[in-house]
Amino acid sequence: MLELKQVYKTFHAGTVNEKRAIDGLDLTLEDGDFVTVIGGNGAGKSTTLNLIAGVFPVDEGTIKLNGIDLTNLPEHKRAKFLGRVFQDPMRGTAATMGIEENLALAYRRGKPRGLGHGITNEERKLYREKLATLGLGLENRMTSKVGLLSGGQRQALTLLMATLQKPDLLLLDEHTAALDPKTADKVLQLTEEIVARDHLTTLMVTHNMKHAIRYGNRLIMMDAGRVVVDIRGEEKKNLSVRDLLEKFNIENDRMLLSE
Amino acid sequence: MQINDLLNALPGAVGQGLIWGVMAIGVFITFKVLDIADLTVDGSIATGGATCIMLLRAGMPVWAAMLGALIAGLAAGLITGLLHTFMGIPALLAGILTQFALWSVNLRILGGSNQSISVDKFPLLVSSRYIMQAIGVVAVFVVAIIAILYWFFGTALGCGIRATGANPDMSRAQGINVDANKIIGLMLSNGLVALSGGLLSQYQGFADVKMGIGSIVIGLAAVIIGEVVFSRIFRNFALRLLSVVLGAIIYYVVLQLIFWFGIDSDYLKLLTAIIVAIFLAIPYWKGKYWNKPARKGNTKNA
Repeated sequence: MLELKQVYKTFHAGTVNEKRAIDGLDLTLEDGDFVTVIGGNGAGKSTTLNLIAGVFPVDEGTIKLNGIDLTNLPEHKRAKFLGRVFQDPMRGTAATMGIEENLALAYRRGKPRGLGHGITNEERKLYREKLATLGLGLENRMTSKVGLLSGGQRQALTLLMATLQKPDLLLLDEHTAALDPKTADKVLQLTEEIVARDHLTTLMVTHNMKHAIRYGNRLIMMDAGRVVVDIRGEEKKNLSVRDLLEKFNIENDRMLLSE
Repeated sequence: MQINDLLNALPGAVGQGLIWGVMAIGVFITFKVLDIADLTVDGSIATGGATCIMLLRAGMPVWAAMLGALIAGLAAGLITGLLHTFMGIPALLAGILTQFALWSVNLRILGGSNQSISVDKFPLLVSSRYIMQAIGVVAVFVVAIIAILYWFFGTALGCGIRATGANPDMSRAQGINVDANKIIGLMLSNGLVALSGGLLSQYQGFADVKMGIGSIVIGLAAVIIGEVVFSRIFRNFALRLLSVVLGAIIYYVVLQLIFWFGIDSDYLKLLTAIIVAIFLAIPYWKGKYWNKPARKGNTKNA
């Protein structure tokens, strides 16, 4: 269970660029919740994910995951509990390292990294099987450098890396926004499969309202650093884009355009 | 312009190249693996040389003197690492600060601006008086270092260090302690540089507080020449390290050629800087100008 309580975050405090990004955010996710997050630019979606991941500290408030207080843990220590996929396909993988090496790095998430083997033959077998489930043929290119892969392939690989060690919480920060529509659908389909298979608690930020409605069991909309809409269960299932637009009068070009 | 002069100078060039090759491997670790341009090396190579010579003069066996040089280099790397990670100083500036401070440290270690050591009185590992023997000893050294580094960068820790240089965001997301890895990488690098300084001071028979000036450029030259010449055939990590050493040897052989042609050695640093600048520019130019598809109807002139 994820619990954010009264979280505040202000950027560039005390300057003309001061921006209150998160303003008293309360958010609780139950185990197995697959929550899609929408909201305009600057609503605080990505900032929320970054605060949970520890990219920067909160100004006030607490973040707890399964009873463990993450609030003051550094980013690399929180990584033990979190799987993350970024918007930029370049950010989630090491381009100059091989596919299997990247997976081996992910396999050791949350474990001490000592002078043992960086990758073993048994692991290679496991990676080959896991890669095959992506259906991209990557299982035959295990030693290829990740820099040679397309954006979609890299996102699929990052998704696999994020879930190789089952995370307590999966954070997807617009992870299909940089992909073409067809590839985006493929990656989303993979996301849904993996989340369902491993019963992962998931927070998925998206700018695409259709995706926000189609995926997950709960939808939240953020505005000015808070949750302003929280829809779940039957109501979410029956939700349409028109409902969202009319009901909440969204004035955000990018969301309208990507609809 | 006797060809014999050139041939006679070649073993010395190879010997120097091998010793600087150890240093260049250190530069490779920061510049290529960690993606940091670490200027500490200008100071730490002299620290290694000074420590080694003074320990030898104090009557220590040569292995202990080399160990001392290694430890001094590790310490120098640790300082730069802490300046960079703990104190948040940009890596380039952190290296410059440590290098600057090491000048005083090196003067203190040497008790003056230089100290000599005679191969007749001390059990030196290498000496320019016995060049062939020196080449053999340093070659064994180089092979051992490459073997150890090849193993190390294949461990979970070593892979984490490589990932840190390749993509720090991804590394943190995978639970890698990026700061700690940068410190380990900088220590390892400067430890090797100091070892090279220890070998160099024995080889030339003295340690001088000025011996490190500009060494980062020579190290970079070796890394870049090695990469440009061998990157198509050497893909494996161990072979890439070897190519760095070969790059250093090529650098010193070319230098001998230049002297042999009668070019004033005052131009040495200018020429080195030009070579390094051009080789650094090649990948950039390649990406900018050479990868563009030829325009239609213009292929003949393309």
